[in-house]
Amino acid sequence: MEDLLFEIQLAMPQVVLGVINGAFYALLSLGLAVIFGMLNVINFAHGAQFTLGAFVAWMLLSWLGVGYWPALILAPLIVGAIGVAMERTMIARLYRIDHLYGLLLTFGCALVIEGLLRNSFGSSGQRYAPPREFAALDLELGDFFLPGYRVWVLIAASTVCLATWLIIEKTKVGSYLRAATERPQLVQAFGINVPLMMTLTYGAGVALAAFAGVLAAPIYSVSPAMGANFIITVFAVVVIGGMGSIAGSIVTGFMLGLIQGITEVFWPEASQTVVFVIMAVVLLTRPAGLFGRA
Amino acid sequence: MSLDRRSIIKGAVGAATLPALGGLPYRSARAQAANTIRIGVLNDQSGLYRDISGPGSTHAVQMAVRESGITQRGINVEVVQADHQNRPDVGSTVARQWYDQNGIDVIVDVPTSSVALAVSTITREKNKLFINSGAATSDLTGSACSPNTIHWTYDTYMLAKGTGGAMVAAGGRTWFFITADYAFGHALERDTTAFVNAAGGRVLGGVRTPFPGTTDFSSFLQQAQRSRANVIGLANAGGDTINSIKQAAEFRITRGGTKLAGLLVFVTDVHSLGLEVAQGLVVTESFYWDLNDRTRAFTQRLGATPGNLRPSMVQAGCYSGVLHYLKAVADMGVAAAKASGAEAANRMKAMPTSDDAFGEGTVRPDGRKVHPAYLFEVKTPAESRGAWDYYKLVSTIPANEAFRPITEGGCSLVRS
Repeated sequence: MEDLLFEIQLAMPQVVLGVINGAFYALLSLGLAVIFGMLNVINFAHGAQFTLGAFVAWMLLSWLGVGYWPALILAPLIVGAIGVAMERTMIARLYRIDHLYGLLLTFGCALVIEGLLRNSFGSSGQRYAPPREFAALDLELGDFFLPGYRVWVLIAASTVCLATWLIIEKTKVGSYLRAATERPQLVQAFGINVPLMMTLTYGAGVALAAFAGVLAAPIYSVSPAMGANFIITVFAVVVIGGMGSIAGSIVTGFMLGLIQGITEVFWPEASQTVVFVIMAVVLLTRPAGLFGRA
Repeated sequence: MSLDRRSIIKGAVGAATLPALGGLPYRSARAQAANTIRIGVLNDQSGLYRDISGPGSTHAVQMAVRESGITQRGINVEVVQADHQNRPDVGSTVARQWYDQNGIDVIVDVPTSSVALAVSTITREKNKLFINSGAATSDLTGSACSPNTIHWTYDTYMLAKGTGGAMVAAGGRTWFFITADYAFGHALERDTTAFVNAAGGRVLGGVRTPFPGTTDFSSFLQQAQRSRANVIGLANAGGDTINSIKQAAEFRITRGGTKLAGLLVFVTDVHSLGLEVAQGLVVTESFYWDLNDRTRAFTQRLGATPGNLRPSMVQAGCYSGVLHYLKAVADMGVAAAKASGAEAANRMKAMPTSDDAFGEGTVRPDGRKVHPAYLFEVKTPAESRGAWDYYKLVSTIPANEAFRPITEGGCSLVRS
């Protein structure tokens, strides 16, 4: 019994760290789910847009002296605007043809974005110091030290996830969105500008990725590959949660972060693989995903 | 809309394998001029080792060609480059194509140990020459040594002896490893463990972190801290090392007196981390741009490498290796050098090396280039006097001690 208690004590910090990492999965998979649910586009550029968010925050700070807090708003707006431009000029042309073209196009965009960043800034990454004010949130629990910034990440990501869910599920705009997903022609007939809604939805999904990128900038090295490291796991999260399910992607994101955190203690070598094992099991037993409707 | 999950998975798999298909080098097959030496720089042009090797290595090789004065002797030199994407399959394909179709005589650089071992095998098969600068594994001059391969700049033994030895000497008796879970990480952990044990220290444990793809090391760092080891050994490289060190600072892992040992840290990594985070780290390198007048002169002649970075030891090694090779070519004649890579290697082993980047040195019969290694400590922000002023010299490990004794590597080329 004491052994078990000891083990649990050991695992507690890992659970906390896992959930915080899960916050990134949740934010990213939420954006993917929003875009997929509305546009039926598998946005492979999502990782690159996350990277772009971090880089824009870095540029704002090192070129213009704009700090973290404004960047948290500005970077998603800027990257979201880039997303809107991408949707208008390229992605909108692909709605009528096979969705794999959308996947290929966005994947190509991701390679171009990452290549441009690599060419301009190299591969080692830039530094972005966490704002000092978070020291007030630092938590010390015996041996375990939890930086205040990580606490903030958890708060910010959860709030944004919850707000997005509320907007989509509980507001009038959200109901238009959901209706347009199921019957675009009918919704258009009611006088709602569906193409504009799609553009803005893509922009919003991209902005979510960029927001996650700004949150990540002080923790990870701001490098061109930072998004690519995340994106494959995030796609697995989306598949496990159920394609296009908003709540599913949020819950699954946090849950997988947690599972990964625990795996990192008991079998570190498998901590990346575990996500894909879960994906395989879910696909075999619940092909529509944990929260999807078959 | 009929988008199903299966096609998403298919798409994801397709996307993941796509980069392997692009980026192969090509050159129009021209008639082979008998007096043209063709050098292929094969390295990481797009991933985490781009800044330590990448286009900067090609830049350094081109300078070696200019400074060798070989064109004045009527010998032409062509330099081509390609991206191996850190994948043995891609690296092997390029190497074969270069040797079979493009008339390449020598392949240079090749970071990533697994790719380097593959290219070494192919080079031997084709009797060409392989001057490795970027890879770390000491097996290249040990169990996997080859008469056609010269390992130029550093290896896991040198790193383990330098950084590992210094940490133990400074009182780091107990160790915990955070190891990248692939050939290079294992080799570095193995070589460092040997030094720790030999010095009377003890390894308390370790974690193997998935490679590539691990971005958050906080959990592993917590485990390391809980082991109460004096030293956390980072047997990883590039982005993994940067993230580990950055997050160790974030989680204040070292506040209880635990020390971090970055076993493979390049000057570009320190540049990326910033002195605020990297200060106090002990690193082992065989070249530092600001080491002495000769290295400063070398760096000035080289100018800014692509990305506006100072040269890494890997890039300096490409310069030094190619310069020495071209001296050997001038000495033995183009025809003989092209005819047999092993003969060219033998000639390089017979001649002492000398250049501004590494000073004087030799190439051993097992293919190991030997020169001094340097133990540096990363400066504090207050100590740094300007851009790229990052290291202060702690000690110099003489050439005859910096690398594994030739009889201990198990290389078949060495007659006992």
